[in-house]
Amino acid sequence: MFLIPDPIVRFFHRMASPPHFYALTERLMPWLVVIFLLLLAAGLYGGLYLAPPDYQQGDSYRIIYIHVPSAWMSLFIYVVMAVAGGIGLVWRIKLAEIVAVSSAPVGAGFTFIALVTGSLWGKPMWGTWWVWDARLTSELILLFLYLGVIGLYGAIDDKRTASKAVAILALVGVVNIPIIHYSVEWWNTLHQGPTVTKMDKPSIHVSMLIPLLLMALAFKFYYLIAMLQRARIELLSRERNAYWVKSMISLGAER
Amino acid sequence: MNWQEFFAMGGYAFYVWTSYAVTFIVLLANVIIPIVRRKQFLRQQALKQKRQGTL
Repeated sequence: MFLIPDPIVRFFHRMASPPHFYALTERLMPWLVVIFLLLLAAGLYGGLYLAPPDYQQGDSYRIIYIHVPSAWMSLFIYVVMAVAGGIGLVWRIKLAEIVAVSSAPVGAGFTFIALVTGSLWGKPMWGTWWVWDARLTSELILLFLYLGVIGLYGAIDDKRTASKAVAILALVGVVNIPIIHYSVEWWNTLHQGPTVTKMDKPSIHVSMLIPLLLMALAFKFYYLIAMLQRARIELLSRERNAYWVKSMISLGAER
Repeated sequence: MNWQEFFAMGGYAFYVWTSYAVTFIVLLANVIIPIVRRKQFLRQQALKQKRQGTL
């Protein structure tokens, strides 16, 4: 590859090599967990204890500290999954395929959390668990897209082929992402508009905003932890006949 | 603010704490499942190697 300096090319080749990646995730894991727990503790303390009750919603608004970061993650992870899937599709990089497919269960988890906590927030505030509002419906479709990705991957035995199929599904589903994001502006229904991403003047007080951002950052680290754990088992089971896996097992490194 | 008041969440205890509990359970499951699956896989492969080695 011309234009790209040699050390950088070497770095990417090393990164994309399965044994190197496996060892790296093992070394990174404790650090990721520590950072996640610190951010989580700070976010929960700020959100559940320090922040004042809302002047209209009382203490029920505290669901925001998991609802909004989960909803953000559900979109963020979908985009990561589609991009990684696309990279795997074009350049056939095994690791990109693995990142794509390992992201799906984590994204599905966050989508589920966003829907359930939204429902638990909607009941006392809107008086209903569910409405077929544009935001809620498009988020539900996102959950089905994630489940479709997981199911499709599991249904095809050859994992290289499965990755291709999954990447195409994920890329087609990207059309849903802007629909979810703009749904509250395009259709004026029950779900409220954005509070935080009005960057010029967020309509939320700093004492409420800071814990929210801490939780969002904590969830980013959680995603890395959970996705990498999926990637590790995925990598092992795909490479079960490779020398590095066999020698690791015969050395008794049952980690 | 005392603990009782804290857990009461201004009368919204059920909605707030159920939300947090569901979140906690889903997040924990999504980390534990792959770890358990990896341990199982490594155990199975080690057994398989042992069998093939003695054959």
